[in-house]
Amino acid sequence: MTFRYRGDIAHADIAFDASGQSLEELFIKAAEATQQVMVEDLTAVRPLETVEISLVQDNEEMLLFDFLNELLFLKDARRLILLPARLEIARQEGGAGYALRATLQGEEIDAARHRLNTDVKAVTMLRFSVTRAADGWRATVVLDV
Amino acid sequence: MNAPAALRKISDTVWELPVSYKEGMQVPARIFATEKLIKEMDAGVFEQVSNVATLPGIQRYAYCMPDGHWGYGFPIGGVAAMDPDSGVISPGGIGFDINCGMRLVLTNLSAEEVKPRLHQLVDRLFARIPTGVGCHGFVKLNQDEFRQVAERGSRWCLKHGFASEEDLELTEEGGCFPGADASNVSAKAVERGFNQLGTLGSGNHYCEIQVAQPENIFDAERAALLGLTIPNQVVIMFHCGSRGFGHQVATDYLKLFLAVMERKYGIKIVDRELACAPFHSTEGQAYYSAMKCAVNMAFANRQVILHRIREVFSEVFGSSPDDLGLHMVYDVAHNTAKLERHKMNGSQKELLIHRKGSTRAFGPGEPGLPECYSKTGQPVIIGGSMETGSYLMSGLASGAEAFYTTAHGSGRTMSRHQAKKEFRGDKLQRDMEQRGIYVRTDSFGGLAEEAGAAYKNIDEVVEATELAGLSKRVARLIPIGNIKG
Repeated sequence: MTFRYRGDIAHADIAFDASGQSLEELFIKAAEATQQVMVEDLTAVRPLETVEISLVQDNEEMLLFDFLNELLFLKDARRLILLPARLEIARQEGGAGYALRATLQGEEIDAARHRLNTDVKAVTMLRFSVTRAADGWRATVVLDV
Repeated sequence: MNAPAALRKISDTVWELPVSYKEGMQVPARIFATEKLIKEMDAGVFEQVSNVATLPGIQRYAYCMPDGHWGYGFPIGGVAAMDPDSGVISPGGIGFDINCGMRLVLTNLSAEEVKPRLHQLVDRLFARIPTGVGCHGFVKLNQDEFRQVAERGSRWCLKHGFASEEDLELTEEGGCFPGADASNVSAKAVERGFNQLGTLGSGNHYCEIQVAQPENIFDAERAALLGLTIPNQVVIMFHCGSRGFGHQVATDYLKLFLAVMERKYGIKIVDRELACAPFHSTEGQAYYSAMKCAVNMAFANRQVILHRIREVFSEVFGSSPDDLGLHMVYDVAHNTAKLERHKMNGSQKELLIHRKGSTRAFGPGEPGLPECYSKTGQPVIIGGSMETGSYLMSGLASGAEAFYTTAHGSGRTMSRHQAKKEFRGDKLQRDMEQRGIYVRTDSFGGLAEEAGAAYKNIDEVVEATELAGLSKRVARLIPIGNIKG
């Protein structure tokens, strides 16, 4: 399962579809799609820094929204490009909402080492969706750049 | 042609979607464009401008400017005036990059004087103004100091030696929206942005050295009053906004409004990016105040960048900024909401004007303009693509029709994804240098996305605004040097 960028939504922005056999895989692919808008070759990002995050949300959609926003926050606040090394999503007790725990790894942005693309400003709600499909999970995301 | 069948031609430059076009429209939607531009407009514009027309409290029309294109929530180029008593405020009508805007600066140098030192100048600007993904700024602040920047904008810059009184006078609203209260901003927004004062960013943000050639002066009298007085005069134009701080403020309140809008206020919307709250509600007022903090940070960001540009020109030419004539023409915001007084049904009324990817353009004599522009109308700075040039325009009395608003740029026609497939950044950089435009960038991918062919023809866009009576052409400005993130 993977992601692909789309040229048919909001020309000034960047849209992508992502898919995963599990919700966790979907989130990892969406993270890669978001970070690749900013750094062309993600294999050049070394796992030198580790950041642990925990998020709680009512539904899968807002959980993905918060998760991608956390990556953008860390990109600006700490100049870190991070990818999930470990990511778990569990239903909260009583079935109300989801809890995400992730170990993010990466390094500080280095224009000399990373082929930089375009900064991502925000995750928009335009056509934002997370849906369950027969073969797993799918998401559509439009990023403001 | 993407225009729906319901689109009616009102005049050569005004097109209307009636309230019957979509359920819930409170007012018709109007698009300013020539026939050619309306035919080229993407389908998203018609969908989104008619969505805007459904928002509670909207007055007269939901507008879109000739550079309009598909955005999120509002179209880019969108304008909506809300009755502050019955209407809403919507972050989707302002954008994530709050007060993304343009500043134009004069020099008393000609192109002939600048060209021998152009590479040195552009290289030094590129080295001294941080650009690109996640860049941190050259003004080092702690978080409390940053909150003061957010509340005071360019006034903070004046106090700390980054600005002159004249700079503030030549900035929309004096470079500070009053009523900005940093207690309405999250700790996360401050943490995300406090290191970014003095950064350009990336995407369509740039700093450009341009030339006003005599054959490109459309109105010599207005040009002279705006400071264009010598042949082939060199000017500096730059475009940037409130960086991660503004993006976080918008994200925080988008989430808050989604949570309370329907449950607490019973407001139903057709697109989640139009999430909103009544203007006078607790949440609406908190966002308005936080948005003003981001507006002020963006004014301060452009002001400290101007300070650095002055330093660089001084170093390269060995003269003081005053001796080099480095005075501002004006600074205009693109993405804001603001209370303004406009004529409605024969009397003045206070309205909350949302402008998203559009520019305020006061006509001559309007209150709020610096005295030096009382005859010309407000300077309007229209940023084109880095290949094709930009425009200096001025506001007109007839702009009252659209709450004194005009276009902001040329407007994209090609997706970033497609532009990267069609153009190569390194080749584009070499081609542009052969054509006399020296570009420095952190990102060839980003450069390819900004290729001139990805945008509408700016000449057609500005002509459409002039034909529609929104703003008047003063000068076309040709790029010779550019730094990009």
